Amino acid sequence: MVLFAVAAIIALASAVMVITAKSPVGSVLYLIISILAQSVLYIQLSGLFVAAFLVLVYGGAILVLFLFVIMMLNIRYANLGDDTLSKIKPLGWVFGLVLLAEMVWVSMGVSSRMAEVGENFGNVPEVAHLLYGKFVYPFELTSILLLTAIVGAVVMARKGS
Amino acid sequence: MGDLTYIVLIIVKVVVVYMAVITGCAYATWLERKLLGRLQHRVGPTYVGPFGLLQPIADGLKLIFKEDVIPSQAEKFILIIAPVIAFIPGFLAFAVIPIGPPIELFGYTIPLTISDLNIGILFILATTSLGVYGLALGGWSSGSKYSLLGGIRSSAQMISYEVSYGLALVPIVMIAGTLSLNEIVAQQSSVFDWYVFKNPVAFLIFWICAVAETNRLPFDMPEAESELVAGYLTEYSSMRFSMFFVGEYANMITAAAVVATVFFGGWQGPFLPGPLWLVLKVIVFMVFYIWFRATFPRLRYDQLMDLGWKVLFPLALLNVLVTGIILYLF
Repeated sequence: MVLFAVAAIIALASAVMVITAKSPVGSVLYLIISILAQSVLYIQLSGLFVAAFLVLVYGGAILVLFLFVIMMLNIRYANLGDDTLSKIKPLGWVFGLVLLAEMVWVSMGVSSRMAEVGENFGNVPEVAHLLYGKFVYPFELTSILLLTAIVGAVVMARKGS
Repeated sequence: MGDLTYIVLIIVKVVVVYMAVITGCAYATWLERKLLGRLQHRVGPTYVGPFGLLQPIADGLKLIFKEDVIPSQAEKFILIIAPVIAFIPGFLAFAVIPIGPPIELFGYTIPLTISDLNIGILFILATTSLGVYGLALGGWSSGSKYSLLGGIRSSAQMISYEVSYGLALVPIVMIAGTLSLNEIVAQQSSVFDWYVFKNPVAFLIFWICAVAETNRLPFDMPEAESELVAGYLTEYSSMRFSMFFVGEYANMITAAAVVATVFFGGWQGPFLPGPLWLVLKVIVFMVFYIWFRATFPRLRYDQLMDLGWKVLFPLALLNVLVTGIILYLF
């Protein structure tokens, strides 16, 4: 319980720091801390597989890519007074509030106690059954979507040169 | 077994393994200098102790007493924590590597692994994937162009090779039917059951990627001294430098131990006790690391990317497919 509280607080606090941090590299670092804390939460639910994949995919691959791009552009401090950014800002509030409402609505449905998870939660066979059984179509569609995005990015990069 | 004994046991195991890896790192530098010397018709360190055996201790002492320089352009906090981030993951991965068969002591059966996770392989992949942050952040925070280039190179290289690094292990997991390293070792009880013979392609891809992931020659683009001075290490001195250095060697030892465990039967072997077999196998792969360094010229950056994305990655995918088909048919 103590561990849960500590990990949850770290995850939430660093998530807030992601959007308030001045330097983009700082944001990435806070996001890594947040993800590590989240994986601690999964370990507590004995979902070791999910926890390891969270660190492996997000911590080890995607965020390295973020860091790579930020370092390539060599931006030290984000220019928050930027015009395009201030135009998007109200939209951010709208989406944020919608997300918050959605989360409140979902959590109304669950009881206030800590949720019980099945014995096999987050195990390899369990995740495999979900991905390749129940959710096979959304899963495959997502991969096609990602593939399209990759091809699109390559096409755009080629046009430039 | 009571809770207290359990905790004490874990702490003892952690300390023993940690000390062993640290000592291994120190003597890996000795082995490297000695062997590299011989490969280049030199004698290597000879003056400090017999066969130069005290050289690592002398080097360590020297580094401690060096002045610690922090560049004025640097991001101080990140500059200070970057070596720590580079240092830890190499040691973390050792938590799941089986070191020997369970031993009987005072009536308890003690498994010789710090933690027998049922997702051992994923744990290793997850921890080694975090090591890149130390290098990338160290390069970025130094506030020097050479360091920044080294950091950017290291992050690009790590992402590229990590994909094949993980994919190379997938066929082994498919054949073994488990992600637990203890069970994978148990399945390789005789030499003919070694996974290197069941899937040599996976071993080749994994080993090449392991050399690339640890930034060793011929893949040491992040610190290519002939073009980048010392890459991400340029602005580091004293203990911070040596932490990067020890981190690199810890990563090498970990990679060697993983290869020995997954492909070469881990601690299994006749006559000698288990841990000794693992150490011997690790030493063999450390020698390979050094041999590579003496033999191959450094790759150019585009060659490095070509090899990673156009050769190793498709080959690893193909290997997964072929293994799947064979497993399905037989």
